[in-house]
Amino acid sequence: MTEEPFRTEEDREFGFETRQLHAGQRPDPNTGARAVPIFQTTSYVFEDPESAAAYFNLQEYGNTYSRIMNPTVAVFEERVANLEGGMGAVAFSSGIAAQAAALFTLLQPGDHVVSSGALYGGTVNQFKHLLRKMNVALTWVDPDDPEAWRAAVRPETKAFFAETIGNPSGNVLDIETVATIAHEHRIPLLVDNTFATPYLCRPIDWGADIVIHSATKFIGGHGTSIGGVVVEAGTFDWSNGRFPVIADPSPAYHGLRFHETFGTYGYLMKLRAETLRDLGGALSPFNAFLFLQGLETLSLRMERHVSNALAVASFLRDHELASNVTYPGLPDSRYRPLVEKYLPRGAGAVFSFDCAGGRTGGQDLIRGVTLWSHLANVGDAKSLIIHPASTTHRQLGDEELRAAGVAPGTVRLSVGTESIDDLIWDLRQGFAKVAASDGRA
Amino acid sequence: MTDLSRYQDAATIQRVIHTARTVAVVGLSGNALRASYFVGYYLQRHHYRVIPVNPRETQILGETSYPSLRDVPEKIDIVNVFRAPDALPGIAREAVEVGAGALWCQFGVVNEEGNRIAEEGGLAVVVDRCLKIEHARYVGRMNWLGFNTRRITSVRTGLQ
Repeated sequence: MTEEPFRTEEDREFGFETRQLHAGQRPDPNTGARAVPIFQTTSYVFEDPESAAAYFNLQEYGNTYSRIMNPTVAVFEERVANLEGGMGAVAFSSGIAAQAAALFTLLQPGDHVVSSGALYGGTVNQFKHLLRKMNVALTWVDPDDPEAWRAAVRPETKAFFAETIGNPSGNVLDIETVATIAHEHRIPLLVDNTFATPYLCRPIDWGADIVIHSATKFIGGHGTSIGGVVVEAGTFDWSNGRFPVIADPSPAYHGLRFHETFGTYGYLMKLRAETLRDLGGALSPFNAFLFLQGLETLSLRMERHVSNALAVASFLRDHELASNVTYPGLPDSRYRPLVEKYLPRGAGAVFSFDCAGGRTGGQDLIRGVTLWSHLANVGDAKSLIIHPASTTHRQLGDEELRAAGVAPGTVRLSVGTESIDDLIWDLRQGFAKVAASDGRA
Repeated sequence: MTDLSRYQDAATIQRVIHTARTVAVVGLSGNALRASYFVGYYLQRHHYRVIPVNPRETQILGETSYPSLRDVPEKIDIVNVFRAPDALPGIAREAVEVGAGALWCQFGVVNEEGNRIAEEGGLAVVVDRCLKIEHARYVGRMNWLGFNTRRITSVRTGLQ
């Protein structure tokens, strides 16, 4: 038998650790570069007028302008899509931009969204104010109550939204149950998987249709860059009658019916060719490069993040000046069955607890630590600490704080990958300061 | 649901894509916004000879359109089907009759009898897959728009 003039690739199921290093990238055909090249270019020279037309008409996969696509960003997009088990992904300049774009693509004025009420504050703001401004109605539900999701559905409901692990109260979403309810009503489930990362949980495996990340957090992992990404499973039927905004001829794309023409790619094509084109918010190639560097070690970092988080949470649970430790990975957490099902490798590394002494106690703890960084971010390899009552929620009185699920002494931690003994040593320093003020020392 | 995995074999898909020259597109639309036209246009750009098979048109994409596979006056490497699933057995019989190399059924064009006829007639059979997507996955630039090609390789290939 003569050798074939091409090499066939086996359709192998590669492991997560292999894919976090390789997915989305092949050695650069022009140079052989092994690392992902940073294509710091705004635009791309066309071969000829026919090629240019084919790219703009979406008849051929081609680069036109870096607001819409970029080869470095594309490696990042494919890698995240691969790790999440999705059909594809589109990257954005922040997690908030990604979320806005994911919703903009499927919503129109008069629509309705059902959302978990236990969300990151930035998302609450975006939904509460921006959606209403766009004449989209919103219902907050208790994410832990499946019947609340079902009861909130209206004829004009177009999306369910929740976080895999809620920020900051650590509730774990029953993804499969909520996805089933969504699909019974021909509605997609959108899940923010930032706190879990695809290493700890892949929501698409459990029925989620769209997964959103703030890549700023664990994906980047080193606190260097702001960015976000939207992954779609590619299995939702956008032609089910509920989504004319995707199924009908698009006036913004010369009458193209995105779902009919592109099938499983329809939503992603519209997300890129219309929403990203029109809202902007493109990810910079340099940030994509830094996120790719982060992804190469995602599994290694997450293993350490979750083992450190469990150790810190256990220390706090047993500490007399700490209470209400919300880490869902603790054995006695009420989310234990959901953690075992959805997060068997660990329940993330961000949670909160209440420090004795209320508002003053929380502030003293922050003053007392010297290794934990006092700042407003999570998901860095370095351990982070913040006291919401004196920062993000500073304008609220004690009553209003309680309504927001934050006590005056609540402290949020993002547990990093340092030596665990050092993290606990530092918290002890903080608690010594709290105790001194409290008259307990 | 029938198991289609035997008609979605990666090696078969790559062999068909790499060896074919002529693609008869059954059900190719003359409407530039339809999926079949997108696929035909793409294949032409990648140097395949596209032969439209559509009795309602005389010419599509600059090529003569034939009423059926039997009317095509040259050898066909791939019969690429964009018709309703129940039309498949007839198309498969014709594909065998004209000695085509492969039967490639697009998304949703699933008909067991048609698959069997083509297979027994010695054709390579690919079902519920898009020819454009598979070409773009293995040869083209699907990854340029962030789609998941599922490819993992450290082999350096030629210019794109």
